[in-house]
Amino acid sequence: MKSFIPREVESLWTLFTAPTVWAVHFIGCYATVAIYCAKAASLDFDFATVRLLLAGFTVVALAVIVLSAWLAWRQWGFGVHDPPHDEPTRKGRTLFQGYATLLLSGLSFVAVIYAAIPLIFIAECQR
Amino acid sequence: MADGCVTGTCRPTRSKTHLSRLCPSLLALLAFTLTSCSGNHSALDPAGPEAANVAQLFFVMLVGGAVIWLGLVAALIYAARKKREHSEESAGRVILWGGAIIPTIILCALLSYGMWLMPAIRPWIPDDQQVRRIEVTGEQFWWRVRYLDETGKTMFETANEVRIPVGQPAHFSLKAADVIHSFWVPSLGGKMDMIPGRTNPLTLTADREGIYRGVCAEFCGESHALMAFTVRAVSPEEHEAWLAERRASGSQEAEGLAVFLNNGCGACHTISGTAANGRIGPDLTAFGERATLAAGTLPHTAEDIARFVAYPGEIKPGVKMPHFGMLPEDDIKTIAVFLKELK
Repeated sequence: MKSFIPREVESLWTLFTAPTVWAVHFIGCYATVAIYCAKAASLDFDFATVRLLLAGFTVVALAVIVLSAWLAWRQWGFGVHDPPHDEPTRKGRTLFQGYATLLLSGLSFVAVIYAAIPLIFIAECQR
Repeated sequence: MADGCVTGTCRPTRSKTHLSRLCPSLLALLAFTLTSCSGNHSALDPAGPEAANVAQLFFVMLVGGAVIWLGLVAALIYAARKKREHSEESAGRVILWGGAIIPTIILCALLSYGMWLMPAIRPWIPDDQQVRRIEVTGEQFWWRVRYLDETGKTMFETANEVRIPVGQPAHFSLKAADVIHSFWVPSLGGKMDMIPGRTNPLTLTADREGIYRGVCAEFCGESHALMAFTVRAVSPEEHEAWLAERRASGSQEAEGLAVFLNNGCGACHTISGTAANGRIGPDLTAFGERATLAAGTLPHTAEDIARFVAYPGEIKPGVKMPHFGMLPEDDIKTIAVFLKELK
C-alpha cells in the first residue's frame, strides 16, 4: 500500500512549512473578516458563519502544523539524538534541520492559536 | 550584653538602624509620588466606566508584572547564592518551562483578558442611537469642537473645551486637519488617534461632575506639549440649558467688539452673532466661559489674554497667529477684557 506520508527529503521547504501555514492563516483570518465587514450588507450570511469558517480554517492550519512537526520529529530521529548537531556532516545537517523545524512548528502552533483567540471574543462587525 | 554588641561588629543592629532611618524617607518619597495618582488628569483616578476599565487593566498588569519579577529575582538569588551542580537535563527542563511553556500560558491569558475587556474600554454606539454627538478636529495646536444635532449637522462650533452630560455616553468623531494628533482624557478613558482623512469614533462617559484635563497624546509639532483642552462634565439639565443657550444666535454689543473687528481679528476667529466669522483660528464664541487659554496653556485671565494677543509665538512656538504687539497697549487691553467677559 502506498503511504500518504511524505518521504524524507532534504529540502529547506520542510523548515518553512509551519511558519508559512501561520502566515497564510494570519492573512486569511484578517482579510476574510475585513472583506466580510466591508461587504456585509450585500452578503446573505451572518458573522457567526464567518467565525465558524475561520474556526475550521484554524483547525486545518493546526493539523498541517502538527503533521509538519511529526515529520520534523521523524527527521530528528524521534528525539534519540541530543542537540546542538553542529557536526559538519550530512547527518548533522539533517538532524539540525529536523530539530529547528520541530521548534518552529511549536512556535507556529502557538502563533496560530493566538491569532485565532479574537474569534472567540469578536461577535460582530462594527461600523 | 544587653544589646548583644560592644565591639562594633554587630552588623544586624547597624543595618537595622540604617533601615529604620531609611524607611521614613522611602515612605515619604513614595507618598510624594502617590500624590500624582489622583486629580483631574490621572488614568489612576477614573471618573467614568471606560477609564475604570483602563485602570483595572493597568493594575492587573502591574500585579502580574510584579509577581513575574519577584519570581525572576527569587530564581536569580537561588542561582547566585551557592554553586550548585545541575544536570544538563534539569537545566533544559528549566529553560523549556521557564522560557517557553509558562510565558506562552501567561501571554495567552493576558491576550484573552485584554480581548475580553476591550468592549468595555471601547464601547460602541450605533449610528442610530440617540446620544450627545461631538466632532473634534485636531489642529496645530488647538482643538476645533463642533456639537452635532440628531441628523449629524453642526449646531455650533467652539474650541479647546468640551462639555458633556454626566451619566450619559458622549460620542466623539475624531478628525485631524493637518498632522496626526491624539485625543486623550486620562480621567475618562483611553486615547484615540486623530488621523487626517479618517474619522475615528470614541465614546466617553463621565460618572461624576467635574473639570477634566485632556491632552494631545501624539507628537504633532513644536507646541505639541501646549495642546491641551478641558472637559466639563455637568448635570444633564445644565448641559441641555447650555446647549439651548449656545444654539440661540446671540448678538454681541460691546465696546471691545469694535476694537476686535477693526484690528482684523475677525478674519481668523468667529464670534457668533457678530461680523467676526473667520475659520482659521479657534472659535471665540462665549470665550469668557472657558477654564483655560490657548488650548490649556495659560490661566484664563485678562493679563494672560493680552500677553497672548501681543506675542502668541513666544507662548506657543509654531502657532499660526501673528504677533499683535504693535497695536496700541490700550487696544490690546480692551480686546483682552472684551474676550475675558465674552458670554
